[in-house]
Amino acid sequence: MATVTMPQLGESVTEGTVLQWLKQPGDTVALDEPLCEIETEKVAAELPSPFEGTLGEILVPEGETVEVDAPLCTIEEVAVSVPPEPVAASAAVAEPAANGTDAPSPAADNSRADVYSPVVQRLAAKHDIDLAAIAGSGRGGRVTRKDVQALIDEREREAAAADGIPAAAAPLPLPDGEVVPTPDVATVAASDAYDVVPLSATRRKIGENMARSTAEAPQAWMMVEADVSGLVDLRSRERERFVGVDLTYLPYFASTVAHTLTDFPELNARWHGDELRRYRRVNLGIAIATERGLVVPVVPNARDLSVAGLARRIDDLVARAHAGKLRIEDMEAGTFTVNNTGAFGSIASNPIVNHPQIGIVTMERVVRRPVVVEGDAIAIRSMMNIALSFDHRALDGAEAGAFLAALKERLEALG
Amino acid sequence: MAEVSVIEAVHETLDEVLAADERVFLLGEDLEAGGVFRATDGLSAKYPGRVLDAPLAESSIIGITIGAAHYGQRPIAEIQFADFIHAGFDQLCSEASRWSWRTRGEQYLPMVVRTPWGGGVHGGQHHSQSIEAYYAHMPGIKVVAPSFPADYRSLLKAAIADPNPVLFLEHKRTYRLIRQEVDGAPAEDRIGKSRITRRGDDLTVFAYGLMLHESLAAAEELAGEGIECTVVDLLTLNPLDRETILEAARATGKVLIVHEDTLTGGLGGELAGIIAEHAFEDLDAPIRRLAGPDIPPIPFHEVMETAFMPDRTKIAAAARDLAAY
Repeated sequence: MATVTMPQLGESVTEGTVLQWLKQPGDTVALDEPLCEIETEKVAAELPSPFEGTLGEILVPEGETVEVDAPLCTIEEVAVSVPPEPVAASAAVAEPAANGTDAPSPAADNSRADVYSPVVQRLAAKHDIDLAAIAGSGRGGRVTRKDVQALIDEREREAAAADGIPAAAAPLPLPDGEVVPTPDVATVAASDAYDVVPLSATRRKIGENMARSTAEAPQAWMMVEADVSGLVDLRSRERERFVGVDLTYLPYFASTVAHTLTDFPELNARWHGDELRRYRRVNLGIAIATERGLVVPVVPNARDLSVAGLARRIDDLVARAHAGKLRIEDMEAGTFTVNNTGAFGSIASNPIVNHPQIGIVTMERVVRRPVVVEGDAIAIRSMMNIALSFDHRALDGAEAGAFLAALKERLEALG
Repeated sequence: MAEVSVIEAVHETLDEVLAADERVFLLGEDLEAGGVFRATDGLSAKYPGRVLDAPLAESSIIGITIGAAHYGQRPIAEIQFADFIHAGFDQLCSEASRWSWRTRGEQYLPMVVRTPWGGGVHGGQHHSQSIEAYYAHMPGIKVVAPSFPADYRSLLKAAIADPNPVLFLEHKRTYRLIRQEVDGAPAEDRIGKSRITRRGDDLTVFAYGLMLHESLAAAEELAGEGIECTVVDLLTLNPLDRETILEAARATGKVLIVHEDTLTGGLGGELAGIIAEHAFEDLDAPIRRLAGPDIPPIPFHEVMETAFMPDRTKIAAAARDLAAY
């Protein structure tokens, strides 16, 4: 049984009058629910219940004036009415206070727990962190950059530890030669540490090809930068007149690559074990990103097609690639590959050779930026990087470089 | 390996450039007798006719320097105390600063104005002031304020080699206070670079001159309490090394800028502006400035001067507070 007393409503107040009871004996009373109206010489106010429970006995009838601290009524408390002491919180703030700060922080001062600095907000957004869940070490419980960084570091350590767990598919050899049985798929799927994504046939094939190319072919890489301002003008002029498909940079690029390869047959080739086959025709592979994964259909005899012809041919391949309707013959006999990585916004990429072909070029994003031009002037030009990966078994940097230089020259001459 | 003081580094460098380049001459008050801080001690006898006394007329000293630079000389002016340089403000800011602009880059003014600045020597209101903000505001004048003897050597050489007007600030309190082991020829240095002299991940302190040394002392004290400071020696006040400033600010997200110059319109405001403008998303606390209070004269009395000047105790207190933010 708890007793509610007349509060002191103001510094010099010594007594108060009960105006009206809002609860009657037997009523349930929630914490802070108004019990009665009281009035002093300074203020009239509702008296919130300091306890949760059932109103027992009213000790001061309406209209009567009593001194401060005089009992007003009794309340039968419910079992959990007393809020627990914030033990953990007060322990947490004890540390910075002991750390030499002059702020005499009262226990559990979280007045600034919801003040987030720019860097804290940025890191939280980037790493998907719930800031409300962090006990801040800053003044007033503010979450600091170091608090967030500590959480990020911890996550990274956990992730690294998780990566250290041997892959389910690889049986773990024990020192005595025994082999731990590989867990079955059901066991793996039940794990809450990760989700299992079954490999599609395309994904599996891409994986095999990439691994094979990387394992078999020692690949070298180089990149040149081309001023494609002329091409940009040319394409914007021709695009307006072009009917049927949207004219992108890719057909121009494919055409230029096909023509340049004519002069560099050493790159229009495939590596077949103990021999290198140089092809008379350029069958140009076009890398296309689809929902199912990367596919590289081939434009046969690309050199015989005009830019317009290439545009329509590539458009057809792209449409069928996305629809999953490429045929086996679309995929065969490629002699060289072009990858339009600029479409993803890339400005430099390091492609993997489409084995057994020996070369792949990427056309990176066309960006307008200031460059030094003739006469020591600075002009805004449309610039594009062209990157080449090649099988170093088949040719060397000098030939590859000459090819890139010729390709650059042709591209820059467009428009 | 020899240990040299700041004033020895200045003296040695002046000697060296006088010997190396016939076009170099020194002009200022009492220079023939060696100067009040002995920066030109013995140089007048060693280089007759090239260490010149000037009347107490700073506008004239700087004006003559501009004229000599026009005629292909490499003049180095000394203003005896930076407090008096404002008499030559018009010459520096309205004439020297813009000469290469007025001539479309065809002509340059390779001139240096050296001057002792700063407080902490009980010099009173006319021998203690910080004047850097007025001149760092002026495009076309490079303002250099080193802290260590090795930087005095390399940057004074760089200032003399620079084709533009350079205001070279020498903190008078450090002249004989700060000593450093230096070896061999001065480093090839260039104006416009700041240096991160200490790295810590709790907060970043920016300072120059005497305050750099006070900041380093405070950082040492704080390290004992587990508060690690990054400390940046600004070295050049105009143009500011934005790259280093932003890198250092981003490293901790908490910035404390210290200068003994008064707060309002001081260099700290410009630094804070650069950081707020370009590193906003890396800030973890409001940028904090610790500077001299906004009163015109630096007091003479020791107690009053100590109250005026930021020092290691005040820097450490501000840093503690910022670290706890």
